[in-house]
Amino acid sequence: MSKSIKDMGWDELVPGAALYSFDSNVDYLMAETQPEDRTYCETNSKNAYVGDWRVIKPVWNSELCIDCQNCWVFCPDTAIISREKEMKGVDYDHCKGCGICVQVCPTNPKSLLMFNETEKNEDALTKWPEKKKKGEE
Amino acid sequence: MNSKQMELNEVEVWDGNTCNAQALRQASVDVVAAYPITPSTNTVENYATFHANGYVDGEFIMVESEHAAMSACVGAAAAGGRVATATSSQGCALMVEVLYQCSGMRLPAVLCLVNRALAAPLNVNGDHSDMYLTRDAGWIQLDSFNAQNAYDLTLMAFKIGEHMDVRLPVISNQDGFLTSHTAQTVRPLKDEVAYNFIGDYVPVNAMLDFSKPVTHGVQTEHDWHFEHKAKQHAALQAAFPVVEEVFKEFKELTGREYNIVETHNLEGADVAIICLGTTYETATIAADELKEEGIKAAVVSPRLFRPFPLTQLAQKLQNVKAIACMDRSAPGGTVGALYNEVAGALINTEARPVMRNLIYGLGGRDITVHELKDIFRDLAKDAENGKITGKIQRLHGVRGPELSFYEL
Ligand code: SF4
Ligand code: SF4
Repeated sequence: MSKSIKDMGWDELVPGAALYSFDSNVDYLMAETQPEDRTYCETNSKNAYVGDWRVIKPVWNSELCIDCQNCWVFCPDTAIISREKEMKGVDYDHCKGCGICVQVCPTNPKSLLMFNETEKNEDALTKWPEKKKKGEE
Repeated sequence: MNSKQMELNEVEVWDGNTCNAQALRQASVDVVAAYPITPSTNTVENYATFHANGYVDGEFIMVESEHAAMSACVGAAAAGGRVATATSSQGCALMVEVLYQCSGMRLPAVLCLVNRALAAPLNVNGDHSDMYLTRDAGWIQLDSFNAQNAYDLTLMAFKIGEHMDVRLPVISNQDGFLTSHTAQTVRPLKDEVAYNFIGDYVPVNAMLDFSKPVTHGVQTEHDWHFEHKAKQHAALQAAFPVVEEVFKEFKELTGREYNIVETHNLEGADVAIICLGTTYETATIAADELKEEGIKAAVVSPRLFRPFPLTQLAQKLQNVKAIACMDRSAPGGTVGALYNEVAGALINTEARPVMRNLIYGLGGRDITVHELKDIFRDLAKDAENGKITGKIQRLHGVRGPELSFYEL
């Protein structure tokens, strides 16, 4: 797209408010192309910061993570970053703070926990709980 | 087209619903969604028969409500197909929410609307309350006076709506029962000729084009909603030259002439009735018969209810002295919509004729040549006096004491 949508007049908009996802036609195998290599349009949600709904955030503890991909599968906003089946962290620009990833994380203790939005990630990591014994809630 | 062609006679005896169904068949519609409602049932019923017998190669989907019918059309149109459906009255009311989606998403669907009164009380007969209900939905609205018109205009609806300058859905209106269930002689086009006239469907931003992923039905809020609505309004206004062009091409093909504003005996007329639908033809008989009484009477009807031809009407009505705007819909606490629109067309012109508003024919009540002649005679008096005697709005043909409102 040559002109930014912000600079467009009513007469330049796409009829029907249709939004394109990619700048040019997709003539490559999408499933084998990493998100950073795709040619996203300005109007793709990838380029829209929508993380400001969040009041609590998931913090990821890489020490405990077993790369099971549960969080990636369940995240409703595709905000878990995963490459080659390895968990890489949370995309805070798009994470809405719903906590689903934490619920589905199977490790003991969990490798993802929710913290206050204002908490620094490195501080959060020092507050991680101990492994629970069998039968402990 | 992979379907069987249908051998049609040069002249067929069809009712308005058959005309709709034949036009949809010849347009080779990809998806027709069907939910029957009187008096439009036979449109989808006939189409289903064509489908069952191999004369249609598109999809025919039976849905669970009119809301679902229009939703299916919107989905199929966004996916990249030519779509159509038919409805009346309450069905149309149930569709309204999705009508706005369809036009806002700029999908050129075609809706065959067989006009019928809106409940309550329940009534299956014709008036224009469903047409009026959809008037701000952003659809182009064409209006037929008889079965031939219904066939012609439903065909033309595709060509108009799908034009690249327009890309908007179109409603093809016809009067419930009077047109939809009255068999008349109709001259159809041959299948190939009709299809070639409309042309192949060219999808825009089709969702099934996987090489160009696109999001339809987006949210815009204050920062873009206004601009999109402006664009939609501009596209509706841009439909006038397209409609003119399509009417012209159709005339070259068939010899049948259509105009954005249809007129009868307008040359030198002092008085005019403005109306929609079948009343036009009845009024032309009344106007002709009044010649011997020395009343120069004309009949005028906008062929397009949307976009409303304000300029064209104003030009046509400059020399008329008195007008009756006939609204076949309950006015709900104000003047009728047609009166309102025509008044809007004339308010800024030099010679402003006096204008009455007659509410008539609700729930299928007949209007006769005799009554229309009386209306013209009243208008002739108004023209002579240069003002309306009595009140401006009158409920014509209602039982009981005269009911009239709005006086200056
Ligand atoms: S909190 Fe919700 S949105 Fe954020 S990463 Fe977890 S599952 Fe996704
Ligand atoms: S669910 Fe937990 S363990 Fe599995 S990949 Fe996500 S963070 Fe790691």
